Amino acid sequence: MDPRPNPRYPARVATLHAFANPTRFLKLARPLTPALFWSGVALALFGAWAGLTLTPPDDLQKETVRILYIHVPAAYLGMAGWGGLAVASLSYLIWRHPLANLAAVAMAPVGAVFAALCLITGSIWGRPAWGTWWEWDGRLTSMLLLFFVYIAYIALARADSDRGGDGRVPALFGVAGSVLLPIIHYSVIWWNTLHQGESLIRGKIDPSMVWPLFFTLGGFTLFFAGVVLMRMRAALASQKVEARMKRMAAQ
Amino acid sequence: MMVKPKHQRLALALAALAAILGAGGLALSALKDQAAFFYAPGDVAGKPLPLGKNVRLGGMVEKGSLTHEADGVSIRFTVTDGKAKVPVAFRGVTPDLFREGSGVVAEGQFQADGSFAADNLLAKHDERYMPPQIAGKMHKTETLEK
Repeated sequence: MDPRPNPRYPARVATLHAFANPTRFLKLARPLTPALFWSGVALALFGAWAGLTLTPPDDLQKETVRILYIHVPAAYLGMAGWGGLAVASLSYLIWRHPLANLAAVAMAPVGAVFAALCLITGSIWGRPAWGTWWEWDGRLTSMLLLFFVYIAYIALARADSDRGGDGRVPALFGVAGSVLLPIIHYSVIWWNTLHQGESLIRGKIDPSMVWPLFFTLGGFTLFFAGVVLMRMRAALASQKVEARMKRMAAQ
Repeated sequence: MMVKPKHQRLALALAALAAILGAGGLALSALKDQAAFFYAPGDVAGKPLPLGKNVRLGGMVEKGSLTHEADGVSIRFTVTDGKAKVPVAFRGVTPDLFREGSGVVAEGQFQADGSFAADNLLAKHDERYMPPQIAGKMHKTETLEK
């Protein structure tokens, strides 16, 4: 099934649309899923091992600093997950391609898990470092809000599809929720917060300590992509099953 | 020329996105002062102190300002943000990362004489992470080996 060249579309748009074709998507996603998943697991495991054994402890925090190799990638993916969800939602609203909606729905629980992991590891670190499990400061509160917004999106998307909705309402919610991303990122700059400022982007982590972080960052990202592809394939497969059941029932 | 519905939706979606971000920005600029986790000494200098209210005071513990009282659990130190200083009194257990030259957030009340009585201390870590041998060049750390 080859899409005929359409003179009204520029070539760039035509290739983008070709990837949005479920058959082509599946052809690409089938080998990509295990490759992304397992390379992600390998990189993350190596980064975590290196962060536990090969790097020096921090001068002030001592060994507790090592939680950063999990906390930072979890925080980044909690936010990047919503970024991806918002972009997919926006393109679903504009181009109405079902695959974009499928991608947004597939990303939500994965991003929520990473946001939760970020909150949990941060809390565990906060007890020895700050002297508290939790404080209502700008960074902590906005990240907790993002976690709740993920939960709300998952509930909304499920309710919408249960009632036979076309996914436009959850997609709007997905776009609107992205307002939290700059708030989380700039919270430590705009307000006095207990949470420290940017370390990684401003290069404030000593090179001898920072390098395993790049392995866990890369590994978590590949793992995220692999799990999202897996969920999208599962959703497409269950759609196919439902369609076939309907056809069989009609016969 | 016909306006394609796809382009109409694109314009609408982008306008909605801009409106959401704009509304968020407006709400946040209104929140600016209320959403602060603590007052810095410079924020309260020269202004009427919020007396009798539980507030948080944050800044750096000034080097050389930490003194221990004879009872062993009471301490006094000065919190500074480079613009102003506030003397703080505290009685209790300090967090591990609490030390001179490091960040601190004190929970308590301002007193009429301009000092601060803390009920609880939180250590504020800065964004620098470094191993002890490099940190030692910047500020002296005492270890058991030495």
